[in-house]
Amino acid sequence: MSALVDLVDYDEAVSRFDPVIGIEVHVELGTRTKMFDGAPAGFGEEANTSVTPVSLGLPGALPVVNEKAVEYAIRIGLALNCSIAESCRFARKNYFYPDVPKNFQTSQYDEPIAYDGWVDVELEDGTVFRVDIERAHMEEDAGKNTHVGGATGRIQGAEYSLVDYNRAGIPLVEIVTRPILGAGERAPEVARAYVQTLRDLFRALEVSEARMERGNVRADVNVSLRPTSADPLGTRTETKNVNSFRSVERSVRYEISRQAAVLDSGATVTQETRHWHEDTGTTTSGRLKSDAEDYRYFPEPDLAPIVPDRAWVEEIRAALPELPAARRRRLQGEWGYADAEMRDVVNAGAVELIEATVAAGASPAAARKWWMGELARTAKEQDVELADLPITPAQIGELQALVDAGRINDKLARQVLAGVLAGEGDPEAVVVARGLEVVSDDGPLLAAIDEALAAQPDVAEKIRSGNLGPVGAIIGAVMKATRGQADAGRVRELVLERVQA
Amino acid sequence: MSSLSRDEVARVAGLARIDLTDAELDRLAGELDVIVESIARVSEIATPEVPATSHPLPLSNVFRADEPVAGVDRDAVLAAAPAAEDGKFLVPQILGEEA
Repeated sequence: MSALVDLVDYDEAVSRFDPVIGIEVHVELGTRTKMFDGAPAGFGEEANTSVTPVSLGLPGALPVVNEKAVEYAIRIGLALNCSIAESCRFARKNYFYPDVPKNFQTSQYDEPIAYDGWVDVELEDGTVFRVDIERAHMEEDAGKNTHVGGATGRIQGAEYSLVDYNRAGIPLVEIVTRPILGAGERAPEVARAYVQTLRDLFRALEVSEARMERGNVRADVNVSLRPTSADPLGTRTETKNVNSFRSVERSVRYEISRQAAVLDSGATVTQETRHWHEDTGTTTSGRLKSDAEDYRYFPEPDLAPIVPDRAWVEEIRAALPELPAARRRRLQGEWGYADAEMRDVVNAGAVELIEATVAAGASPAAARKWWMGELARTAKEQDVELADLPITPAQIGELQALVDAGRINDKLARQVLAGVLAGEGDPEAVVVARGLEVVSDDGPLLAAIDEALAAQPDVAEKIRSGNLGPVGAIIGAVMKATRGQADAGRVRELVLERVQA
Repeated sequence: MSSLSRDEVARVAGLARIDLTDAELDRLAGELDVIVESIARVSEIATPEVPATSHPLPLSNVFRADEPVAGVDRDAVLAAAPAAEDGKFLVPQILGEEA
């Protein structure tokens, strides 16, 4: 299909070039209805059932702005430390494509609702990187094309295409960064962390479910190279629709390696849009659409300007929820985690899980032990996210309560955990079904102790003479005999009593 | 003097998918030029104190509550489309074979 592409090794590329990135993030707002009409803005409806004459672009249909979507856009703007426009307008972005039923997208052009902001992005090692926001503007989503015929389901080679307009008109906010300078070799990581930060922000603000796998959040990633940070910006490429955190990072890395090779060969980078291929981890050139880039924006005559009342803006600002960074700091204090511990928890996506586990009664230390220990290992083995494991924070709380009550010990708890993960029910049910309760009756323990002492008379003698060092050997034998179902502390007490008797 | 060339009119027509004959291009280049010139005169009068106006009505903040309404009947809509399949609009090939 595509010719082999020259790539420069990433480390070498960033040692000789200064990468500059810029990111456009689109977020679908979680309003009940579309941006300009009352069609339900759901997900997974039957094709072309969430449409009205407005979202189909039928002649004579008049759009009306969804007030909730404007409120959400202002909420996003404020959370990104932006100024909110005193007055702003919608504009028509004209182009022909089957998923745009009106032959224009209603967007904002020279008057975005929010502008000049910033957001602090925390990298995995705790470094904080500030990203400047140029603007956040309101617009609408397009419909969805399905390409039929051809081998790959891709647009190339398709015989025809089918269009579903359910998504057409769903409110979007597009957030555009200023050129992100000074990230150097960490540019791919900054890009990923930035998109992740925005995703967390959208969720905290409750403006979107922000589910990447549903395309609620989509990123277009611009990359350019220049010899040094003192040089003017190089020619950029824009890789469209990069829809997972990992892909954002990989696509930036790939473009840096590719552009470095282009520049090394003495050629120039072509300013173009590129497509990201998840399967191969590469980008390919999009259509060169010189003329199509001329969108002939003009003010939307069917929509009146938006003049956000200052009192309204301040009301929205006052009602902003605690934002993720502040929340992380608060929880770290409440939980008493060290910086490195908290960072691991954040990177593992375990903040909400631990918060809910603590709410279910576990201590912060116990909650962290389970999620970052046994469960993190399990998730890694199965290559799934922690949150996707078939176990709930409430179940971890119940498990820890069983440990705290002395009904199971740590070793049994791990077996109970395995049972819960295997779908055998809540911890209590697993304990009963698997007969995992600690042997609390001294009778069977004493029998096992006597047996162990008889089997190791030398050890018994040492203990008797006051050398408590080898007592562990006896305890170990008893634990083994009871298949781990003994309380080690109680066994120790009983051994000492027995020896001295 | 002409500020709008015939080529420019042809390009804009192409962008708007309007098929114009040579005769129409000649005529429209002249007619549109008159409009452009007239707007240019207005621009001379407008000063920075006069904000650009996109709407003749003194309206702003025309909002709708976020309340769903019933959608249109899909079958009726698709019946009016040139072609449909599986509840979707069918459109002709968008791109040719990959080069």
